[in-house]
Amino acid sequence: MCASDLLAVLETDGLGRIIALSLSVSLSATALATLFGTSLGAVLAIYPVPGRRVLVLIINALLGLPPVVVGLALYLLLSRSGPLGLLALLFTPGAMVIAQALLALPIVAALVYDATAASWMEYGAALQVDGATRMQSIPHLLAITRDRLVTAILAGFGRTISEVGAILIVGGNIADYTRTMTTAIVLETSMGDLSLALGLGFVLIGISIAVSTTIFTLGIKGGRWW
Amino acid sequence: MRHKRAAAILIAAVIFAGGPSRAVETITLASTTSVDNSGLLAAILPEFTKETGVSVHVLAQGTGQALATAAHGDADLVLVHDPDAEEKFIAEGHGIDRRQIAWNDFVVLGPRADPAHVAGGSDAVVAFEAIAAAGAPFVSRGDKSGTDALEHRLWHAAAMDPASLGGGSWYRNIGGGMGAALNAASAMNAYTLSDRGTWLSFGNKGDLAVMVEGDPRLLNRYDVILLDPKTHPQAKQQPARGLADWLASPDGQAAIGGYKLNGEQLFHPSAAAPK
Repeated sequence: MCASDLLAVLETDGLGRIIALSLSVSLSATALATLFGTSLGAVLAIYPVPGRRVLVLIINALLGLPPVVVGLALYLLLSRSGPLGLLALLFTPGAMVIAQALLALPIVAALVYDATAASWMEYGAALQVDGATRMQSIPHLLAITRDRLVTAILAGFGRTISEVGAILIVGGNIADYTRTMTTAIVLETSMGDLSLALGLGFVLIGISIAVSTTIFTLGIKGGRWW
Repeated sequence: MRHKRAAAILIAAVIFAGGPSRAVETITLASTTSVDNSGLLAAILPEFTKETGVSVHVLAQGTGQALATAAHGDADLVLVHDPDAEEKFIAEGHGIDRRQIAWNDFVVLGPRADPAHVAGGSDAVVAFEAIAAAGAPFVSRGDKSGTDALEHRLWHAAAMDPASLGGGSWYRNIGGGMGAALNAASAMNAYTLSDRGTWLSFGNKGDLAVMVEGDPRLLNRYDVILLDPKTHPQAKQQPARGLADWLASPDGQAAIGGYKLNGEQLFHPSAAAPK
């Protein structure tokens, strides 16, 4: 019964499009968070930046950043009457990517910092003896901690694919445009179609597992983790 | 290598997130949830898009939030159902050209066991008094929506303040949309107030049934309001007016009246003879 409901949604409401949007928004946000989070975490681990301890503390404190607050703050920034209103980003997939990237950023940064700081302790001196500058050391350290970098990316992806509080506010759950798996589940629940909502939930879990497994197997050293 | 791969994924994903290019003009309609959750807008808006080439992004938010979104300048027109809040919105210089396009009614729902003995009534205020006197569970939206505003008017007419009377024991302010309130009422076997459109299209009715209907105070009017170009120059005035005109036109009115769910008509067109 659930499966036939899902098939009906696939035909009428474009389940394929909803899944595609969920994936593209979450993966874009994860990519942005990986880019900035990895750089931030690695730089903080290796360079004696002034205020480093405070920055690391802040990043770790932001691990519990509430999505609904990020959504609201971003809404006020991106609103036509807000400071960034001219960008016309509110209620677009772009706004959703920004919201989720902000939520995943501290997770990636904190985990990468942790991993890189540890391997810098261990290999930093040797790398410097070999004549590597701190900047040149970063790729080596990231390669050494590759497995933990994958974990950081997966944690970031987990945050984004499951998130609903922020994207509901800045995306608006517009049919065929900003409706994702999570916002569709909220909508179906509100319409009392609980079995369909649950079915969508299982589809989402399946997609999340599939993507995470792919990232994991691709990312782990030499693709051999068994 | 890793960075190149990450960058490639990023670029591909961002392009993908942008979606297919939309050549047509797009306007944003902030609406009350009932016209969207009931399936009405999804059924009739494609006709408008086909005729005009203008596609419509629907933000289904509840009247209070929809008006706030529009007041921030983040929508091009609104479709809502709270006359008092609408008048305030217009008086504050946000809206112009309010037009009624449809009506239906609100209903008082409750469990079939009916502990407050209100079934079959046609006086919502008498029913509310009986529910309060019986201390029977009542779910309130508490979200400043049009339905919430009507509920408060009805309690006011009964000269009661249930929040202070009940202290949460029977009067349960759930702070959510109509769907959340119906799910809660269904789970608690509580009374609640709902618009008929959302009720008819709701899938988790449980033991709930219509208890009270037909009170003139339960009339539910849906109005479309355009944004005042003086206050909101960024609003897409012309296509928004096109949609408002279409909703009030014979074609739009026929589409609204023709929308049926399980054979039942959910919305009655009323642009020609506003209720």
